[in-house]
Amino acid sequence: MAAIFRREFVSYFTSPIGYVFLAFFYLAAGFFFTLTSIEQGTTELNTVFSMMMYVLIVLIPILTMRTFSEEKKNKTDQCLLTAPVSLGAIVAGKFLAAFLVYALGVLIMLVFAVIVSAISSPDWLLIFGNILGLLLLGGAFISIGVFVSSLTENQIVSAVLSFAIMLVLYLFTSIASLIPVDFIANFLNSLSFLSRYDGFTYGSFDFSNILFFISVMVAFIFFTVRVLERRRWN
Amino acid sequence: MIEVRNLSKHFGDKKAVDGISFTANDGEILGFLGPNGAGKSTTMNILTGYISSTEGEALIDGNDILKDPIKAKASIGYLPELPPLYMDMTVKEYLNFIYDLKKCKLPRNTHLADICRLVKIENVYKRVIKNLSKGYKQRVGLAQALVGNPNVLILDEPTVGLDPSQIIEIRTLIKKLGRNHTVILSSHILSEVQAVCDKIIVINQGKIVANDTEEHLSSTLAGEHRLTVKIDGPAKEVRELIASIPGVIKTSLVATKNTYSEFTVESDEDTDIRRELFSRMAERNWYIIELKTSEMSLEDIFLRLTMGEEVELKGGEQ
Repeated sequence: MAAIFRREFVSYFTSPIGYVFLAFFYLAAGFFFTLTSIEQGTTELNTVFSMMMYVLIVLIPILTMRTFSEEKKNKTDQCLLTAPVSLGAIVAGKFLAAFLVYALGVLIMLVFAVIVSAISSPDWLLIFGNILGLLLLGGAFISIGVFVSSLTENQIVSAVLSFAIMLVLYLFTSIASLIPVDFIANFLNSLSFLSRYDGFTYGSFDFSNILFFISVMVAFIFFTVRVLERRRWN
Repeated sequence: MIEVRNLSKHFGDKKAVDGISFTANDGEILGFLGPNGAGKSTTMNILTGYISSTEGEALIDGNDILKDPIKAKASIGYLPELPPLYMDMTVKEYLNFIYDLKKCKLPRNTHLADICRLVKIENVYKRVIKNLSKGYKQRVGLAQALVGNPNVLILDEPTVGLDPSQIIEIRTLIKKLGRNHTVILSSHILSEVQAVCDKIIVINQGKIVANDTEEHLSSTLAGEHRLTVKIDGPAKEVRELIASIPGVIKTSLVATKNTYSEFTVESDEDTDIRRELFSRMAERNWYIIELKTSEMSLEDIFLRLTMGEEVELKGGEQ
Protein backbone atom coordinates (compact mmCIF):
# COMPACT_ATOMS: atom_id res chain seq x y z
CA MET A 1 0.00 0.00 0.00
CA ALA A 2 2.85 2.37 0.87
CA ALA A 3 4.37 1.95 -2.60
CA ILE A 4 1.08 2.77 -4.33
CA PHE A 5 0.42 5.68 -1.99
CA ARG A 6 3.86 7.15 -2.64
CA ARG A 7 3.73 6.72 -6.41
CA GLU A 8 0.24 8.15 -6.60
CA PHE A 9 1.06 11.16 -4.45
CA VAL A 10 4.19 11.97 -6.46
CA SER A 11 2.30 11.56 -9.73
CA TYR A 12 -0.14 14.31 -8.71
CA PHE A 13 2.83 16.64 -8.90
CA THR A 14 4.54 15.23 -11.98
CA SER A 15 1.31 15.88 -13.84
CA PRO A 16 -0.43 19.27 -13.69
CA ILE A 17 -3.43 17.93 -11.75
CA GLY A 18 -1.99 18.41 -8.27
CA TYR A 19 -0.92 21.98 -9.02
CA VAL A 20 -4.17 22.89 -10.76
CA PHE A 21 -6.20 21.47 -7.91
CA LEU A 22 -4.23 23.28 -5.21
CA ALA A 23 -4.06 26.54 -7.14
CA PHE A 24 -7.81 26.70 -7.67
CA PHE A 25 -8.47 25.51 -4.15
CA TYR A 26 -6.31 28.29 -2.68
CA LEU A 27 -7.75 30.83 -5.10
CA ALA A 28 -11.36 29.97 -4.26
CA ALA A 29 -10.69 29.79 -0.53
CA GLY A 30 -8.83 33.10 -0.67
CA PHE A 31 -11.67 34.69 -2.61
CA PHE A 32 -14.31 33.67 -0.07
CA PHE A 33 -12.02 34.60 2.83
CA THR A 34 -11.54 38.12 1.43
CA LEU A 35 -15.23 38.49 0.63
CA THR A 36 -16.48 37.46 4.06
CA SER A 37 -13.90 37.81 6.81
CA ILE A 38 -11.69 40.62 5.50
CA GLU A 39 -14.37 42.81 3.87
CA GLN A 40 -16.78 42.44 6.76
CA GLY A 41 -14.08 42.67 9.38
CA THR A 42 -14.96 39.56 11.32
CA THR A 43 -12.88 36.74 12.79
CA GLU A 44 -15.64 34.31 11.92
CA LEU A 45 -14.49 31.80 9.33
CA ASN A 46 -17.74 29.82 9.27
CA THR A 47 -18.97 31.39 6.04
CA VAL A 48 -15.70 30.54 4.29
CA PHE A 49 -16.02 26.97 5.43
CA SER A 50 -19.62 26.63 4.31
CA MET A 51 -18.77 28.12 0.89
CA MET A 52 -15.98 25.55 0.50
CA MET A 53 -18.56 22.84 -0.12
CA TYR A 54 -19.31 24.34 -3.55
CA VAL A 55 -15.61 24.50 -4.28
CA LEU A 56 -15.22 20.82 -3.41
CA ILE A 57 -18.09 19.80 -5.67
CA VAL A 58 -16.22 21.34 -8.59
CA LEU A 59 -12.62 20.49 -7.68
CA ILE A 60 -12.74 17.01 -6.13
CA PRO A 61 -13.86 15.39 -9.42
CA ILE A 62 -10.75 16.86 -11.04
CA LEU A 63 -8.57 15.44 -8.29
CA THR A 64 -9.99 11.94 -8.52
CA MET A 65 -10.99 11.60 -12.17
CA ARG A 66 -7.91 9.69 -13.27
CA THR A 67 -7.31 7.48 -10.22
CA PHE A 68 -8.44 4.24 -11.82
CA SER A 69 -9.63 5.32 -15.28
CA GLU A 70 -6.13 6.22 -16.42
CA GLU A 71 -4.69 2.96 -15.08
CA LYS A 72 -7.27 1.01 -16.99
CA LYS A 73 -6.78 2.97 -20.18
CA ASN A 74 -2.98 2.64 -20.13
CA LYS A 75 -3.24 -0.96 -18.93
CA THR A 76 -0.99 -0.14 -15.99
CA ASP A 77 -3.64 -1.73 -13.80
CA GLN A 78 -2.17 -5.03 -15.04
CA CYS A 79 0.93 -4.19 -13.08
CA LEU A 80 -0.99 -3.44 -9.87
CA LEU A 81 -3.49 -6.28 -10.12
CA THR A 82 -0.86 -8.93 -10.81
CA ALA A 83 1.42 -7.75 -8.01
CA PRO A 84 1.25 -9.51 -4.64
CA VAL A 85 -0.95 -6.79 -3.13
CA SER A 86 -4.58 -6.98 -2.06
CA LEU A 87 -7.24 -4.94 -3.85
CA GLY A 88 -8.07 -3.18 -0.60
CA ALA A 89 -4.48 -1.98 -0.30
CA ILE A 90 -4.50 -0.69 -3.88
CA VAL A 91 -7.70 1.31 -3.37
CA ALA A 92 -6.66 2.55 0.07
CA GLY A 93 -3.27 3.67 -1.26
CA LYS A 94 -4.87 5.67 -4.02
CA PHE A 95 -7.53 7.13 -1.73
CA LEU A 96 -4.96 8.25 0.83
CA ALA A 97 -2.76 9.88 -1.81
CA ALA A 98 -5.68 11.94 -3.11
CA PHE A 99 -6.68 12.73 0.45
CA LEU A 100 -3.19 13.99 1.29
CA VAL A 101 -3.21 16.35 -1.71
CA TYR A 102 -6.61 17.56 -0.58
CA ALA A 103 -5.37 18.00 3.00
CA LEU A 104 -2.57 20.22 1.65
CA GLY A 105 -5.34 22.39 0.25
CA VAL A 106 -7.24 22.49 3.52
CA LEU A 107 -4.07 23.71 5.27
CA ILE A 108 -4.84 27.15 3.83
CA MET A 109 -7.63 27.40 6.40
CA LEU A 110 -5.01 27.38 9.15
CA VAL A 111 -3.27 30.26 7.40
CA PHE A 112 -6.54 32.22 7.37
CA ALA A 113 -7.03 31.48 11.06
CA VAL A 114 -3.56 32.81 11.83
CA ILE A 115 -4.32 35.97 9.79
CA VAL A 116 -7.52 36.71 11.68
CA SER A 117 -5.85 35.88 14.97
CA ALA A 118 -3.54 38.85 14.34
CA ILE A 119 -6.58 41.11 14.57
CA SER A 120 -8.41 39.46 17.38
CA SER A 121 -8.41 36.03 18.96
CA PRO A 122 -10.72 33.66 17.04
CA ASP A 123 -12.59 30.70 18.48
CA TRP A 124 -9.88 28.10 17.87
CA LEU A 125 -12.04 25.19 18.90
CA LEU A 126 -14.63 26.18 16.33
CA ILE A 127 -11.98 26.53 13.64
CA PHE A 128 -10.51 23.10 14.34
CA GLY A 129 -14.00 21.63 14.36
CA ASN A 130 -14.57 23.23 10.99
CA ILE A 131 -11.31 21.94 9.59
CA LEU A 132 -12.21 18.46 10.78
CA GLY A 133 -15.60 18.82 9.09
CA LEU A 134 -14.03 20.01 5.85
CA LEU A 135 -11.54 17.13 5.87
CA LEU A 136 -14.33 14.62 6.45
CA LEU A 137 -16.54 16.10 3.75
CA GLY A 138 -13.64 16.12 1.29
CA GLY A 139 -12.70 12.56 2.23
CA ALA A 140 -16.25 11.42 1.56
CA PHE A 141 -16.28 13.19 -1.81
CA ILE A 142 -12.87 11.74 -2.71
CA SER A 143 -14.05 8.21 -1.93
CA ILE A 144 -17.02 8.78 -4.25
CA GLY A 145 -14.74 10.20 -6.95
CA VAL A 146 -12.35 7.25 -6.68
CA PHE A 147 -15.31 4.89 -6.94
CA VAL A 148 -16.65 6.61 -10.06
CA SER A 149 -13.21 6.57 -11.71
CA SER A 150 -13.11 2.80 -11.27
CA LEU A 151 -16.26 2.55 -13.39
CA THR A 152 -14.92 4.10 -16.57
CA GLU A 153 -11.79 4.33 -18.71
CA ASN A 154 -12.57 7.90 -19.65
CA GLN A 155 -11.35 10.66 -17.34
CA ILE A 156 -13.87 13.20 -18.59
CA VAL A 157 -16.79 10.84 -18.04
CA SER A 158 -15.37 10.10 -14.62
CA ALA A 159 -15.12 13.81 -13.72
CA VAL A 160 -18.57 14.74 -15.02
CA LEU A 161 -20.24 11.77 -13.36
CA SER A 162 -18.57 12.48 -10.00
CA PHE A 163 -19.63 16.11 -10.29
CA ALA A 164 -23.23 15.12 -10.99
CA ILE A 165 -23.33 12.69 -8.06
CA MET A 166 -21.86 15.23 -5.66
CA LEU A 167 -24.32 17.85 -6.86
CA VAL A 168 -27.27 15.53 -6.26
CA LEU A 169 -25.95 14.67 -2.79
CA TYR A 170 -25.70 18.39 -2.08
CA LEU A 171 -29.24 18.98 -3.32
CA PHE A 172 -30.75 16.32 -1.06
CA THR A 173 -31.77 19.00 1.44
CA SER A 174 -33.59 21.05 -1.19
CA ILE A 175 -35.21 17.97 -2.67
CA ALA A 176 -36.29 16.88 0.80
CA SER A 177 -38.02 20.21 1.42
CA LEU A 178 -40.13 19.67 -1.71
CA ILE A 179 -41.35 16.25 -0.65
CA PRO A 180 -44.52 16.36 1.43
CA VAL A 181 -44.16 12.82 2.77
CA ASP A 182 -42.41 13.18 6.10
CA PHE A 183 -40.47 9.95 6.36
CA ILE A 184 -39.00 10.27 2.84
CA ALA A 185 -38.03 13.89 3.52
CA ASN A 186 -36.40 12.88 6.80
CA PHE A 187 -34.58 10.04 5.15
CA LEU A 188 -33.19 12.31 2.41
CA ASN A 189 -32.22 14.89 5.00
CA SER A 190 -30.32 12.33 7.00
CA LEU A 191 -28.30 11.50 3.87
CA SER A 192 -27.79 15.12 2.91
CA PHE A 193 -24.14 16.08 2.79
CA LEU A 194 -25.14 19.72 3.14
CA SER A 195 -27.01 19.37 6.41
CA ARG A 196 -24.35 17.01 7.79
CA TYR A 197 -21.59 19.45 6.91
CA ASP A 198 -23.58 22.52 8.05
CA GLY A 199 -23.58 20.95 11.47
CA PHE A 200 -19.83 21.60 11.62
CA THR A 201 -19.98 25.14 10.27
CA TYR A 202 -22.70 26.08 12.80
CA GLY A 203 -20.26 25.06 15.47
CA SER A 204 -22.24 22.13 16.77
CA PHE A 205 -20.14 19.07 17.34
CA ASP A 206 -22.31 16.08 16.55
CA PHE A 207 -20.64 12.71 16.69
CA SER A 208 -23.20 11.20 14.28
CA ASN A 209 -22.02 13.58 11.55
CA ILE A 210 -18.43 12.41 11.96
CA LEU A 211 -19.60 8.83 11.84
CA PHE A 212 -21.68 9.57 8.75
CA PHE A 213 -18.75 10.83 6.69
CA ILE A 214 -16.44 8.06 7.85
CA SER A 215 -19.10 5.51 6.90
CA VAL A 216 -19.38 7.06 3.43
CA MET A 217 -15.61 6.75 2.95
CA VAL A 218 -15.49 3.15 4.11
CA ALA A 219 -18.51 2.24 2.01
CA PHE A 220 -17.18 3.72 -1.23
CA ILE A 221 -13.70 2.28 -0.75
CA PHE A 222 -15.42 -1.06 -0.31
CA PHE A 223 -17.56 -0.50 -3.42
CA THR A 224 -14.44 0.34 -5.42
CA VAL A 225 -12.82 -2.91 -4.31
CA ARG A 226 -15.96 -4.73 -5.40
CA VAL A 227 -15.90 -3.05 -8.83
CA LEU A 228 -12.28 -4.11 -9.37
CA GLU A 229 -13.06 -7.59 -8.15
CA ARG A 230 -16.09 -7.88 -10.39
CA ARG A 231 -14.18 -6.71 -13.43
CA ARG A 232 -11.93 -9.75 -13.13
CA TRP A 233 -14.93 -12.02 -13.36
CA ASN A 234 -16.45 -10.52 -16.48
CA MET B 1 6.27 -24.71 -11.82
CA ILE B 2 2.88 -24.11 -13.34
CA GLU B 3 -0.01 -26.55 -13.35
CA VAL B 4 -3.14 -25.75 -15.27
CA ARG B 5 -6.16 -28.00 -15.11
CA ASN B 6 -9.19 -27.69 -17.31
CA LEU B 7 -9.08 -23.92 -17.44
CA SER B 8 -11.97 -22.09 -19.13
CA LYS B 9 -12.89 -18.48 -19.52
CA HIS B 10 -16.16 -17.31 -21.00
CA PHE B 11 -16.89 -13.75 -22.06
CA GLY B 12 -20.66 -13.86 -22.29
CA ASP B 13 -21.36 -16.59 -24.85
CA LYS B 14 -17.87 -16.56 -26.27
CA LYS B 15 -15.45 -19.14 -24.96
CA ALA B 16 -12.10 -17.37 -25.03
CA VAL B 17 -10.37 -20.27 -23.33
CA ASP B 18 -12.00 -23.66 -23.44
CA GLY B 19 -10.84 -26.34 -21.04
CA ILE B 20 -7.08 -26.25 -21.43
CA SER B 21 -4.66 -28.21 -19.25
CA PHE B 22 -0.89 -28.27 -19.24
CA THR B 23 2.13 -28.31 -16.96
CA ALA B 24 5.34 -26.34 -17.16
CA ASN B 25 8.20 -27.56 -15.00
CA ASP B 26 11.08 -25.68 -13.46
CA GLY B 27 13.82 -24.92 -15.94
CA GLU B 28 11.47 -25.31 -18.87
CA ILE B 29 10.51 -22.77 -21.50
CA LEU B 30 7.01 -23.32 -22.73
CA GLY B 31 5.88 -21.66 -25.93
CA PHE B 32 2.32 -20.62 -26.50
CA LEU B 33 1.65 -20.48 -30.17
CA GLY B 34 -1.52 -19.42 -31.87
CA PRO B 35 -3.06 -16.94 -34.27
CA ASN B 36 -4.21 -13.58 -32.95
CA GLY B 37 -7.28 -13.97 -30.78
CA ALA B 38 -6.62 -17.64 -30.03
CA GLY B 39 -6.74 -17.10 -26.27
CA LYS B 40 -3.04 -16.79 -25.50
CA SER B 41 -3.25 -13.48 -23.69
CA THR B 42 -6.44 -14.47 -21.91
CA THR B 43 -4.75 -17.59 -20.58
CA MET B 44 -1.78 -15.55 -19.42
CA ASN B 45 -4.04 -13.01 -17.76
CA ILE B 46 -5.72 -15.84 -15.87
CA LEU B 47 -2.40 -17.35 -14.80
CA THR B 48 -1.26 -14.03 -13.40
CA GLY B 49 -4.54 -13.33 -11.62
CA TYR B 50 -5.44 -10.28 -13.69
CA ILE B 51 -8.72 -11.88 -14.66
CA SER B 52 -10.32 -14.93 -13.15
CA SER B 53 -11.21 -18.16 -14.83
CA THR B 54 -14.77 -19.33 -15.26
CA GLU B 55 -13.78 -22.92 -14.55
CA GLY B 56 -10.72 -24.94 -13.72
CA GLU B 57 -7.66 -24.12 -11.68
CA ALA B 58 -4.18 -22.74 -12.12
CA LEU B 59 -1.43 -23.47 -9.61
CA ILE B 60 1.72 -21.40 -9.48
CA ASP B 61 4.40 -23.16 -7.43
CA GLY B 62 1.57 -25.05 -5.77
CA ASN B 63 -0.50 -21.97 -4.86
CA ASP B 64 -3.91 -21.55 -6.46
CA ILE B 65 -4.10 -18.16 -8.16
CA LEU B 66 -7.73 -17.67 -7.13
CA LYS B 67 -7.66 -19.09 -3.61
CA ASP B 68 -4.25 -17.84 -2.55
CA PRO B 69 -3.60 -14.93 -4.91
CA ILE B 70 -1.00 -13.00 -2.90
CA LYS B 71 1.27 -16.03 -2.44
CA ALA B 72 0.86 -17.14 -6.05
CA LYS B 73 1.44 -13.65 -7.46
CA ALA B 74 4.62 -13.30 -5.38
CA SER B 75 6.30 -15.93 -7.52
CA ILE B 76 5.24 -14.52 -10.89
CA GLY B 77 6.91 -11.96 -13.09
CA TYR B 78 4.54 -10.85 -15.82
CA LEU B 79 5.16 -8.93 -18.99
CA PRO B 80 1.74 -8.25 -20.54
CA GLU B 81 1.17 -7.63 -24.23
CA LEU B 82 1.43 -3.91 -23.61
CA PRO B 83 4.11 -3.24 -21.00
CA PRO B 84 2.37 -1.66 -17.98
CA LEU B 85 4.56 1.43 -17.78
CA TYR B 86 3.82 4.70 -16.03
CA MET B 87 4.83 7.11 -18.73
CA ASP B 88 5.50 10.02 -16.41
CA MET B 89 8.12 8.21 -14.34
CA THR B 90 11.80 7.70 -15.04
CA VAL B 91 13.02 4.13 -15.49
CA LYS B 92 14.73 4.42 -12.10
CA GLU B 93 11.58 5.63 -10.31
CA TYR B 94 9.49 3.00 -12.04
CA LEU B 95 11.71 0.04 -11.17
CA ASN B 96 11.99 1.27 -7.60
CA PHE B 97 8.21 1.50 -7.44
CA ILE B 98 7.89 -2.07 -8.73
CA TYR B 99 10.51 -3.15 -6.19
CA ASP B 100 8.38 -1.66 -3.39
CA LEU B 101 5.14 -2.91 -4.88
CA LYS B 102 6.43 -6.49 -4.97
CA LYS B 103 7.81 -6.09 -1.44
CA CYS B 104 11.12 -7.34 -2.74
CA LYS B 105 13.66 -8.42 -0.14
CA LEU B 106 16.80 -8.54 -2.30
CA PRO B 107 19.36 -5.74 -1.85
CA ARG B 108 17.73 -2.89 -3.77
CA ASN B 109 20.55 -1.22 -5.64
CA THR B 110 22.53 -4.26 -6.68
CA HIS B 111 19.40 -6.16 -7.67
CA LEU B 112 18.06 -3.36 -9.86
CA ALA B 113 21.50 -2.76 -11.35
CA ASP B 114 21.79 -6.47 -12.22
CA ILE B 115 18.44 -6.41 -13.99
CA CYS B 116 19.32 -3.28 -15.94
CA ARG B 117 22.56 -4.85 -17.09
CA LEU B 118 20.72 -8.02 -18.08
CA VAL B 119 18.16 -6.28 -20.29
CA LYS B 120 20.58 -3.51 -21.31
CA ILE B 121 18.75 -0.43 -20.14
CA GLU B 122 21.53 1.08 -18.03
CA ASN B 123 21.98 3.98 -20.42
CA VAL B 124 18.32 5.05 -20.18
CA TYR B 125 18.04 4.45 -16.43
CA LYS B 126 17.48 8.11 -15.61
CA ARG B 127 15.23 8.96 -18.53
CA VAL B 128 11.47 9.46 -18.49
CA ILE B 129 9.73 6.37 -19.88
CA LYS B 130 7.44 8.43 -22.13
CA ASN B 131 10.48 9.49 -24.20
CA LEU B 132 11.91 6.02 -24.76
CA SER B 133 11.68 4.12 -28.03
CA LYS B 134 9.37 1.13 -28.31
CA GLY B 135 12.26 -1.31 -28.00
CA TYR B 136 13.43 0.28 -24.78
CA LYS B 137 9.90 0.39 -23.39
CA GLN B 138 9.59 -3.30 -24.10
CA ARG B 139 12.85 -3.95 -22.26
CA VAL B 140 11.79 -1.85 -19.29
CA GLY B 141 8.66 -4.00 -19.27
CA LEU B 142 10.83 -7.10 -19.18
CA ALA B 143 12.97 -5.58 -16.42
CA GLN B 144 9.81 -4.98 -14.42
CA ALA B 145 8.90 -8.66 -14.69
CA LEU B 146 12.35 -9.68 -13.47
CA VAL B 147 12.24 -7.54 -10.31
CA GLY B 148 12.21 -9.77 -7.25
CA ASN B 149 13.67 -12.66 -9.23
CA PRO B 150 10.36 -14.55 -9.42
CA ASN B 151 10.34 -18.29 -10.09
CA VAL B 152 7.83 -18.09 -12.88
CA LEU B 153 8.09 -15.71 -15.80
CA ILE B 154 5.08 -15.13 -18.03
CA LEU B 155 5.95 -13.16 -21.12
CA ASP B 156 3.28 -12.14 -23.61
CA GLU B 157 4.96 -11.56 -26.97
CA PRO B 158 8.22 -10.36 -25.44
CA THR B 159 9.97 -9.42 -28.68
CA VAL B 160 7.27 -7.25 -30.22
CA GLY B 161 8.63 -3.91 -31.35
CA LEU B 162 12.29 -4.88 -31.18
CA ASP B 163 14.71 -4.73 -34.06
CA PRO B 164 16.31 -7.98 -35.30
CA SER B 165 19.50 -7.70 -33.26
CA GLN B 166 17.52 -6.88 -30.11
CA ILE B 167 15.23 -9.81 -30.81
CA ILE B 168 18.22 -12.13 -30.82
CA GLU B 169 19.52 -10.57 -27.57
CA ILE B 170 16.18 -10.97 -25.83
CA ARG B 171 15.81 -14.55 -27.05
CA THR B 172 19.25 -15.40 -25.72
CA LEU B 173 18.29 -13.76 -22.45
CA ILE B 174 15.06 -15.73 -22.21
CA LYS B 175 16.94 -18.95 -22.90
CA LYS B 176 19.36 -18.08 -20.13
CA LEU B 177 16.51 -17.30 -17.75
CA GLY B 178 14.83 -20.55 -18.73
CA ARG B 179 17.59 -22.55 -17.09
CA ASN B 180 16.48 -21.70 -13.58
CA HIS B 181 12.99 -20.28 -14.04
CA THR B 182 9.74 -21.60 -15.40
CA VAL B 183 9.06 -19.50 -18.46
CA ILE B 184 5.88 -19.27 -20.48
CA LEU B 185 6.11 -17.16 -23.56
CA SER B 186 3.51 -16.50 -26.17
CA SER B 187 4.01 -15.61 -29.76
CA HIS B 188 2.42 -15.81 -33.12
CA ILE B 189 5.88 -15.84 -34.66
CA LEU B 190 6.77 -19.45 -35.25
CA SER B 191 10.50 -19.05 -35.68
CA GLU B 192 10.62 -17.41 -32.28
CA VAL B 193 8.96 -20.28 -30.52
CA GLN B 194 11.09 -22.68 -32.54
CA ALA B 195 14.25 -20.89 -31.49
CA VAL B 196 13.56 -20.51 -27.80
CA CYS B 197 11.15 -23.07 -26.43
CA ASP B 198 11.61 -26.59 -25.09
CA LYS B 199 7.95 -27.38 -25.34
CA ILE B 200 5.26 -25.98 -27.59
CA ILE B 201 1.57 -25.63 -27.07
CA VAL B 202 -0.43 -24.70 -30.12
CA ILE B 203 -3.66 -23.04 -29.18
CA ASN B 204 -6.54 -22.13 -31.43
CA GLN B 205 -10.00 -20.84 -30.63
CA GLY B 206 -9.37 -21.35 -26.93
CA LYS B 207 -8.39 -24.99 -27.26
CA ILE B 208 -5.06 -26.76 -27.23
CA VAL B 209 -4.60 -28.35 -30.64
CA ALA B 210 -1.10 -29.67 -30.01
CA ASN B 211 1.09 -30.00 -26.95
CA ASP B 212 4.55 -31.35 -27.63
CA THR B 213 8.19 -30.74 -28.20
CA GLU B 214 9.14 -29.21 -31.51
CA GLU B 215 10.92 -32.32 -32.90
CA HIS B 216 8.04 -34.51 -31.96
CA LEU B 217 5.49 -32.19 -33.48
CA SER B 218 7.31 -32.26 -36.80
CA SER B 219 7.90 -35.99 -36.87
CA THR B 220 4.31 -36.94 -36.17
CA LEU B 221 2.99 -34.71 -38.87
CA ALA B 222 5.65 -35.09 -41.51
CA GLY B 223 7.63 -38.04 -42.74
CA GLU B 224 8.80 -40.08 -45.64
CA HIS B 225 5.36 -40.58 -47.05
CA ARG B 226 5.39 -37.11 -48.56
CA LEU B 227 7.75 -36.62 -51.46
CA THR B 228 8.63 -33.78 -53.75
CA VAL B 229 10.01 -34.98 -57.05
CA LYS B 230 11.22 -33.26 -60.22
CA ILE B 231 11.18 -35.40 -63.32
CA ASP B 232 12.33 -34.75 -66.87
CA GLY B 233 9.56 -36.30 -68.94
CA PRO B 234 6.05 -35.69 -70.33
CA ALA B 235 4.09 -34.35 -67.39
CA LYS B 236 0.81 -36.14 -67.99
CA GLU B 237 2.26 -39.58 -68.54
CA VAL B 238 4.72 -39.25 -65.69
CA ARG B 239 1.87 -38.41 -63.42
CA GLU B 240 -0.15 -41.41 -64.50
CA LEU B 241 2.86 -43.62 -64.01
CA ILE B 242 3.48 -42.34 -60.50
CA ALA B 243 -0.18 -42.79 -59.64
CA SER B 244 0.01 -46.43 -60.72
CA ILE B 245 2.72 -47.24 -58.17
CA PRO B 246 1.23 -49.34 -55.33
CA GLY B 247 0.85 -47.33 -52.14
CA VAL B 248 0.51 -43.93 -53.77
CA ILE B 249 -2.51 -42.08 -52.50
CA LYS B 250 -2.26 -38.78 -54.27
CA THR B 251 -0.13 -37.20 -56.94
CA SER B 252 -0.29 -33.58 -57.85
CA LEU B 253 1.51 -31.56 -60.45
CA VAL B 254 3.02 -28.49 -58.85
CA ALA B 255 4.82 -26.83 -61.75
CA THR B 256 5.90 -27.51 -65.32
CA LYS B 257 9.16 -26.07 -66.55
CA ASN B 258 10.90 -26.50 -69.93
CA THR B 259 13.10 -29.33 -68.78
CA TYR B 260 11.15 -30.92 -65.96
CA SER B 261 7.84 -31.16 -64.10
CA GLU B 262 7.49 -31.00 -60.36
CA PHE B 263 5.14 -33.26 -58.42
CA THR B 264 4.22 -33.87 -54.84
CA VAL B 265 3.40 -37.43 -54.01
CA GLU B 266 1.63 -38.69 -50.95
CA SER B 267 1.85 -42.34 -50.13
CA ASP B 268 0.80 -44.87 -47.58
CA GLU B 269 2.58 -44.37 -44.29
CA ASP B 270 3.93 -47.95 -44.35
CA THR B 271 5.19 -47.93 -47.93
CA ASP B 272 8.39 -46.34 -49.12
CA ILE B 273 7.84 -45.78 -52.84
CA ARG B 274 11.19 -44.19 -53.65
CA ARG B 275 12.90 -47.31 -55.05
CA GLU B 276 9.89 -48.30 -57.08
CA LEU B 277 9.61 -44.76 -58.42
CA PHE B 278 13.26 -44.81 -59.46
CA SER B 279 13.11 -48.09 -61.36
CA ARG B 280 9.88 -47.22 -63.16
CA MET B 281 11.23 -43.90 -64.34
CA ALA B 282 14.49 -45.54 -65.39
CA GLU B 283 12.58 -48.07 -67.51
CA ARG B 284 11.08 -45.24 -69.53
CA ASN B 285 14.28 -43.19 -69.65
CA TRP B 286 12.68 -40.32 -67.77
CA TYR B 287 15.20 -38.69 -65.48
CA ILE B 288 14.63 -37.94 -61.84
CA ILE B 289 16.32 -34.60 -61.39
CA GLU B 290 15.43 -34.15 -57.76
CA LEU B 291 13.80 -36.31 -55.12
CA LYS B 292 13.28 -35.30 -51.53
CA THR B 293 11.01 -35.96 -48.61
CA SER B 294 9.03 -32.92 -47.70
CA GLU B 295 9.64 -32.07 -44.11
CA MET B 296 6.83 -30.00 -42.75
CA SER B 297 8.03 -26.78 -41.25
CA LEU B 298 6.47 -25.52 -38.06
CA GLU B 299 4.60 -23.08 -40.31
CA ASP B 300 2.92 -25.93 -42.12
CA ILE B 301 2.10 -27.71 -38.90
CA PHE B 302 0.75 -24.52 -37.47
CA LEU B 303 -1.47 -23.85 -40.46
CA ARG B 304 -2.61 -27.43 -40.53
CA LEU B 305 -3.46 -27.42 -36.85
CA THR B 306 -5.14 -24.07 -36.74
CA MET B 307 -6.98 -24.05 -40.03
CA GLY B 308 -8.18 -27.61 -40.17
CA GLU B 309 -7.19 -30.52 -42.33
CA GLU B 310 -8.51 -29.13 -45.61
CA VAL B 311 -5.53 -26.90 -46.08
CA GLU B 312 -3.42 -28.10 -48.96
CA LEU B 313 0.06 -28.49 -47.64
CA LYS B 314 2.85 -27.03 -49.60
CA GLY B 315 5.93 -29.09 -50.31
CA GLY B 316 9.22 -28.86 -48.57
CA GLU B 317 10.70 -26.04 -50.59
CA GLN B 318 11.72 -23.43 -48.10
